[in-house]
Amino acid sequence: MVIKTEALTKTFGKITAVNELNLEVNEGEIFGLLGPNGAGKTTLISMLCTILKPTSGRAWVNGFDIVKEQGKVRKSIGIVFQQASVDDLLTGRENLALHNLLFEVPKAVRSQRIDEVLSIVNLEKRADDFVNTYSGGMRRRLELARGIMHHPKILFLDEPTLGLDPQTRDHIWDYIKDLAQKECMTILLTTHYMDEAEQLCDRVAIIDYGKIVALDSPVALKKKIIGDVVSLKQKTSDIERIRKLDYVIKVEEKEGVLLISIKDAGKHLQDLLLNTGPIDFVEVRRGTLNDVFLHYTGRDIREAEAEGGFWERVMKR
Amino acid sequence: MSEIEGIYAVWLREAKIYIREKERLISSVISPLLWIFGFGAGLGSTVEKISGYPYQIFIYPGIMVMTVLFTSLFYGVYIIWDRKLDFLKEVLVAPISRASVFAGKMLGGATDAMVQVVYLIIIGFFISIPFTPLVILEAFLMLLLISIAMVSIGLVIGANLKSPEGFSLVINFVMWPMFFFSGALFPVSNLAPWLSAVTYINPLTYGVDAMRGIILGINHFPILLDAGVLVLFAAIMMEIGILSFRRM
Repeated sequence: MVIKTEALTKTFGKITAVNELNLEVNEGEIFGLLGPNGAGKTTLISMLCTILKPTSGRAWVNGFDIVKEQGKVRKSIGIVFQQASVDDLLTGRENLALHNLLFEVPKAVRSQRIDEVLSIVNLEKRADDFVNTYSGGMRRRLELARGIMHHPKILFLDEPTLGLDPQTRDHIWDYIKDLAQKECMTILLTTHYMDEAEQLCDRVAIIDYGKIVALDSPVALKKKIIGDVVSLKQKTSDIERIRKLDYVIKVEEKEGVLLISIKDAGKHLQDLLLNTGPIDFVEVRRGTLNDVFLHYTGRDIREAEAEGGFWERVMKR
Repeated sequence: MSEIEGIYAVWLREAKIYIREKERLISSVISPLLWIFGFGAGLGSTVEKISGYPYQIFIYPGIMVMTVLFTSLFYGVYIIWDRKLDFLKEVLVAPISRASVFAGKMLGGATDAMVQVVYLIIIGFFISIPFTPLVILEAFLMLLLISIAMVSIGLVIGANLKSPEGFSLVINFVMWPMFFFSGALFPVSNLAPWLSAVTYINPLTYGVDAMRGIILGINHFPILLDAGVLVLFAAIMMEIGILSFRRM
């Protein structure tokens, strides 16, 4: 276990951003934290990175206590922030060189290590250009490179592909997978993008109101909660009868269309259609992590007040 | 050693940015020129000699202090921009102490100010300020001390505020009174009692007095008292600055 929390809690005034949260992350896995805005993801990561002090509870990162052994925690982790934190008026290489100094990379290997990480993210050719000439995706890649400079055991990624185009996201995902393998790192990432979590994560935790509401591999979560989704339009709707079928997980009606989650569409679709009677229209699709996410967190739009820095800054003074 | 390297890293970043932002370099040459030639020469044509020196030369030490004061105090605004643009996070999560981060930033600000001091010394030769190598060395060290104290004030304010607009407002309330009641533009010897009381509690007064003593040989207070007040004041501001950085 490289990350372990015990009843970890953070409150900002009346708002409880992280609520007695227990979490264990295994070595070498890519672990995703999913949750609506304000669910407490960033607050949780900030505590694990020792940027914020917990209100109560304890946590260990790489075996180091996040309150008592801040320095050791910081040396053993790499962080890529939600907002770009590379310096515009420095070149890519200079940014990395500063990181070397700040994170005590041994002098003998500094320039070699810079070349190494630059080649991992394919930035060798632009390394000596100012960062303000970089595209959004290049900045992200530079930050990734910087995050892994000092051989951290754990890499924290806060919304690693926020605001990037699909091509760039795809590339970044490749880099992340590559990193996990080549550098043998554990990766903890937060994301809003369900496809990102499905693509990358070995396990995901869905967080809402500061608590973990579900935790498993994306495949297992989909199987357990959603299965396959059959949407159909019919004239005589006997919802209760459908609900009673043993392979039906749940039934919802939305704008005149029945959304029926069933365990194995290949096997049970015929039987389901016999039970629904004549239909106007039918569509079958595999359940997605998005369905799982909405199942647990509901459809209400959240006010993002516990997160995003505002409260953090107010409460810290 | 790691803390020293951390301080060096923070300073190095500041120094590189300073050199690359051309506006900062240009404005740091122009504003003291305006004061010496615009204000000093202009007002000097109607004001009589003070303590045997033409007004332009009499206020030269004061202009030096003023330049250092303005640059140093305003340097604090960059900490707000750094935070707004999130550049600061990388430094705040590094395994170095906040005292080192503060020290690096402070030295960065002092570097900006001392680059201007070099310009001012060059200008000084042109208006025949009585410089000797020893005077230049003493002046340089004294201005460095003043700069460290003033950068610390700027950083304390910057670390505790969230918007650049708020910073300019607050800094104006600090900067102008400190400047006007420091005796930079007039001698402190024959002032009204209320005015001299205000100048006596202004730490910058001692900086101006020390500089005038070093360059022109006119002292109101003993130089050791000047230096002592400034060292004490700088130490207090640095302490508050480090505390503010810890809460950031």
